[in-house]
Amino acid sequence: MATLKLEIVTPEAKVYSEDVDMVTLPGVEGLLGIYPMHVPLMTQVVAGEIIARKSGQELFLAIGDGFAEVSQDRVAILTDMAIKADDIDEARAEEARKRAEARLQEKLTDEEAATVQSALLHSLTQLNIKRRRRP
Amino acid sequence: MPSTRDIRRRIKSIKNTAQITKAMQMVASAKMRKAQQAALAGRAYAALMNDVLAAAVAGAGSFRHPLTEKRPGERRAVILISTDKGLCGALNTNLLREAGRFDKETTVFVCAGRKAAQWAGRLKRELAAEFTYKDSPQFAEARAISKFAQQLFLEGKVDRVDVIYTNFINTLSQKAEVRQLLPVGDIKALEAGLEGNGATKELGGVTREYLFEPGPADLLGNLLPHYLNYQVFQFLQEAKASEHSARMVAMKNATDNAKQLVKDLTLEYNKIRQASITKELLEITSAAMAMG
Repeated sequence: MATLKLEIVTPEAKVYSEDVDMVTLPGVEGLLGIYPMHVPLMTQVVAGEIIARKSGQELFLAIGDGFAEVSQDRVAILTDMAIKADDIDEARAEEARKRAEARLQEKLTDEEAATVQSALLHSLTQLNIKRRRRP
Repeated sequence: MPSTRDIRRRIKSIKNTAQITKAMQMVASAKMRKAQQAALAGRAYAALMNDVLAAAVAGAGSFRHPLTEKRPGERRAVILISTDKGLCGALNTNLLREAGRFDKETTVFVCAGRKAAQWAGRLKRELAAEFTYKDSPQFAEARAISKFAQQLFLEGKVDRVDVIYTNFINTLSQKAEVRQLLPVGDIKALEAGLEGNGATKELGGVTREYLFEPGPADLLGNLLPHYLNYQVFQFLQEAKASEHSARMVAMKNATDNAKQLVKDLTLEYNKIRQASITKELLEITSAAMAMG
């Protein structure tokens, strides 16, 4: 059976690079499920959850905003944050969320506000995924 | 002939200097390792981004984004990325020599780093803005610089934007380079613009037909500014890696020179000391002989 090469890259590092059977990713216009031999596609992705299925196992990752390029045998995702669900530290994410929310109450320049907003989005995404997956 | 006391004093002061430069070398080398890692880690992202952008531009067909518009005018902005502090060898000298080549009348400077701003002030160059960036560059800092440059370009105040920065080649060699940032050139230029990433996939020849979600115009509209922000970020990182490497090498040379100097002075000190002992002995023996 054909497989897809899933590559997730952030400015800091290449977070994930493996062959998988199927990928679900959050596009701007809704969730996209991608199987091998998908028609070439270029899309923006929004902060959310990526599910990579590999030989029956599912792997969850939290990602930030970014772009994805899909070709027949490859899914390349460029994003500003990517973290495996298992690696999410709930306490730290919660703390980051509180800090960002507190900062938003202050008077900020546009530039600072954008930074804080994206930090808030990152922590919220992580929290969402972590909490949903709790048994 | 200097007295032994003078030489002792000099040796002491040189030893102190060596201690300081040695400490600075240690600090620089620790920072260098971090900065180099950051600069290298970013290259995978840059390579992939290049791929995506090249495919998007190819797929967008006849669509032209304002950031890619070529204009005939002469006015240009130069983003000059220097260090904040000196003591890093010829790094800034080389950088500013490149900057000096630009025509005074038609160029405005956007400075990042204190040395660049000082230079612009000293030579009465037109300074459009001054930015700072931290020891480990943050993406937000790069975004601020890049946004400013994009605005200058889109408002038609300048017709092109270049970047002068120090490209990190390896610990011993860094090179001041000029790169065009805006207008965003054709895809070929983009690929050349990121040499050294080593991982650029082959795209030439096979132009795949892409679906775009949202449309190609929207996608490019979002991708291009991000691409530019990221380019600037990468430039900052390269500049930082270069700065710390250059400083480490400069401080190492200074420490070595100081050590050599101490060695030479110690030799001279011992010579003088022995000469004076010999002299004293002579005086004593001749006095003894005269008495006897």
